[in-house]
Amino acid sequence: MQYDVVIGLEVHAELKTKTKCFCACKNAYGSSPNSNCCPVCMGFPGALPILNKKAVEQTIRAGLALNCEINNTAIFERKNYFYPDLSKAYQISQLEKPICINGHLRVFDKEIPINRIHLEEDAGKLIHQGNISMIDYNRGGVPLIELVTDALKEPHIESAEEAIEFLTKLRQIYVYAGVADCEVEKGQMRADVNVSLKPKGSKEFGTKVEMKNIMGFKSVYRAIKYEIERQKDILDDGGMVMQETRRWDNDKGESYTLRTKENSEDYRYFPDPDLLAVNISDAEIKKIKENMPPLPKELKEKYIKEYNLTEYDADVILAEKEISDFFNDSLKLYNKPKTLSNWIATEVLAKTKNREPIKVNAENFVWIVKAVDEGKVQRNAGKELLSSIWGTGLNAENEAKARGIMSDLSDDVVEKILDKILTEKSDVVSQYKQEKDTKILNFLVGQVMKETRGKANAQEVMKKLKERFD
Amino acid sequence: MEIVKLSAIEIREKILSKELNCTEVVQAFLEQIKKNEKYNAVLEIFDDAMEKARELDEKIAKGFSGKLAGVPIIIKDNIFYDGKICSCSSKFMEKHVASYNSTVVEKILKEGAIIIGRANMDEFAMGSSTENSAFGVTHNPLDFDRVPGGSSGGSACAVALNMCPIALGTETGGSVRQPASFCGIYGLKPTYGRISRYGIVAYASSLDQVGIFTRNVEDNALMLEVIAGHDEHDSTSSSVAVENYNDNLKLQAEKVCVGVPEEILKMIKNMPCEKNLLNFIDFLEKNGIKTKKISLKDIELCLPTYYILAPAEATSNLARFDGVKYTTRSEKAKNLQEVYKESRSEGFGKEVKRRIMLGNFVLSSGYYDAYYKKAKRLQSEIRKEFKRAFLECDYIIMPTTIGEAFKIGSKSQNPVDTYKEDIFTVTANIAGIPSLSVPFGKGENGLPLGVQIMGDVFKEREIYQLAKFIEEK
Repeated sequence: MQYDVVIGLEVHAELKTKTKCFCACKNAYGSSPNSNCCPVCMGFPGALPILNKKAVEQTIRAGLALNCEINNTAIFERKNYFYPDLSKAYQISQLEKPICINGHLRVFDKEIPINRIHLEEDAGKLIHQGNISMIDYNRGGVPLIELVTDALKEPHIESAEEAIEFLTKLRQIYVYAGVADCEVEKGQMRADVNVSLKPKGSKEFGTKVEMKNIMGFKSVYRAIKYEIERQKDILDDGGMVMQETRRWDNDKGESYTLRTKENSEDYRYFPDPDLLAVNISDAEIKKIKENMPPLPKELKEKYIKEYNLTEYDADVILAEKEISDFFNDSLKLYNKPKTLSNWIATEVLAKTKNREPIKVNAENFVWIVKAVDEGKVQRNAGKELLSSIWGTGLNAENEAKARGIMSDLSDDVVEKILDKILTEKSDVVSQYKQEKDTKILNFLVGQVMKETRGKANAQEVMKKLKERFD
Repeated sequence: MEIVKLSAIEIREKILSKELNCTEVVQAFLEQIKKNEKYNAVLEIFDDAMEKARELDEKIAKGFSGKLAGVPIIIKDNIFYDGKICSCSSKFMEKHVASYNSTVVEKILKEGAIIIGRANMDEFAMGSSTENSAFGVTHNPLDFDRVPGGSSGGSACAVALNMCPIALGTETGGSVRQPASFCGIYGLKPTYGRISRYGIVAYASSLDQVGIFTRNVEDNALMLEVIAGHDEHDSTSSSVAVENYNDNLKLQAEKVCVGVPEEILKMIKNMPCEKNLLNFIDFLEKNGIKTKKISLKDIELCLPTYYILAPAEATSNLARFDGVKYTTRSEKAKNLQEVYKESRSEGFGKEVKRRIMLGNFVLSSGYYDAYYKKAKRLQSEIRKEFKRAFLECDYIIMPTTIGEAFKIGSKSQNPVDTYKEDIFTVTANIAGIPSLSVPFGKGENGLPLGVQIMGDVFKEREIYQLAKFIEEK
């Protein structure tokens, strides 16, 4: 049988803020266990939460970047459940009045509806060592935004490919908006996925199965593929899909039942009496909107229209904000967008695969690109030079000189070599005089370059040649 | 001169004028506590009290003159004092040492108070008699067989028996005013948000407030002046300016109007407090104060509203006591589920468990709308009613309790009987308004009764003015 697939996503992203969501502790990754903690985020009796305004601002920014409406009044609620990493035994979250509602994100040619984005606090982390379990509360209270797609509205996310594209685009937007770093491997972005199948064309939704806390986009992709197949098999055999929550085991490449609907948890949400309702004025929203950093969509338009990049090149540059920023920094020093984008798309990206950072500054990079353009350095020598200063902090110009790859021969020397070549190749010279073919000029320049072992400036040599023949 | 009978204001004056020093003052009060040990009002005398007194004497010699200079204070056992045990009278928290100062403690220490001990209470402030303390009942200072009221019964008893001039308690539904009434002293529950809740072990966050016990009006006003005000650690604390209440305690009797809710007059028919309230109205009239019947038609609904909202919040607030962190962990526990289940079963007393279950019920899916949400709606209706009432009068009066202090053990069989004790006090908590229980009259057994003076939000000064007027007559 043929089925329609409906996929819903809940994506958690840790916000970029200096301090935690409800206390003054540092929001930092990688500190020694329980060093960024206080009575508030450790849930001590008597301690009370104080809302971090920056976290609200960041949530609004995320909402605006994703075309959401911003609620003028937002409420924080307590989500009650027991787990050792949850210090108060409740998470401060939002249910009835989240900060952002009704947005959408363009994925391929679809505008995927977003139901809400709300602000909540992250839990701590359990560390298991043999028989012992320890709790690190550093992450406890870190501000987290949860985005929920609206799978009840069309168009739906219908495939693993679309889901991954959604996550990729979402990550890109969060990073560009400065809302979150979304480093997946640090757990800064995590997704819950729900999948349901219905007979092709049917209006009624099928039973939804949820998979929680999948780390990494590749795992999300595999988990969705697996779940679609699993449900297909059940339905094809005339069976019924159970409403349940499953856990994806990435090592085994399969999922297993975590809990069924009957024993699903009752979180007993109610408004947190320790926090006042948050009032967000239209003026505040406007101010955040006006100060929004440029998002990929605008930048792409600019790159294509103003800089004449191809759509493909623009996408390549925009895929990572760091690359795009590097492109813009370089552009300020050398206004040749096309040349720079070519260099970045080939030489820089080759070195930053697997999210390696860019390990050269724009000044040195531009010096090399310019030198090659001006013929001061041969293209291949320039590429090698970039590789050799990558990650060293060395100055490109000094290094080029030290390696002796600069075309720094004096005019006299070049003239003498030119005299020599023209004498040796007198037959070619006379051929040129008859045919006026530039290929012949190129050949002669090549001969000079060979003689000087690449140290002459090819453009200069060409100029001199033309002068002689005119 | 008997030091322990002095008011806080007198103690400070005598210390600043060098007539007394802190050391002898604290010494006298510590002896008074020891002399009255059998009442079980104080769970622990802080062993550094004398040392603090000596330090303070030195500071005063150098010119320090804080508003509470040298005044010994006892705090309820749910108020965090850095380095001292804070057990909430629960076995669960028996050894829990506070790791920071609550804002109120911070403020009174800054003004030169000496905190000499912590007072017994109903476990986690749940109860009206201190019978729910894991460390035994506190006895009524005037009749050993009776309760002192609760949940701040230890604090009330301590002030009544001169163990300190001022004690701090906490209120959620009457936990300061009711014991004040039973012990014949003054007990204030201020406007919600008047005093920071930071460092107070929460029972029901939207209703909790620190309260003040004293034997006179001026000491009460002095303490409020010190501990009231906005706190950056408590979002619900108000930034309405704090007044120097004692600067102007003169009531313009001819200008004020006291409201008496008709519904209350109906409710108290045949209750032991009926005659006393009528006497009180007479007393006001005779002294030239106008009284007026007003209507608060939903006032009877305050009690059920309270017993939905308070347990709901308590359930969540007390969930952190889970045997994982600062509470005692059951030795029976073999896995995580058992850590929760066994530790909480062993750690919490019966009344606390009852309210946790009640709270979980009213919040659970399918019941939330019918109970919690409805109670919240009622609360906002009740607030509006009080607001309207205060357009017609400056004060509202009602009894603090149904009658005199009851006998130990007499109500513990039926929890609803105990809940009903709160019928007059919960009104102020639900409405968020200030209320002072003033000792007035005696019951049939010769034990004290109290009358509540309520004002609109942040009208603490006005309340003190009327109370002072009554105190003087």
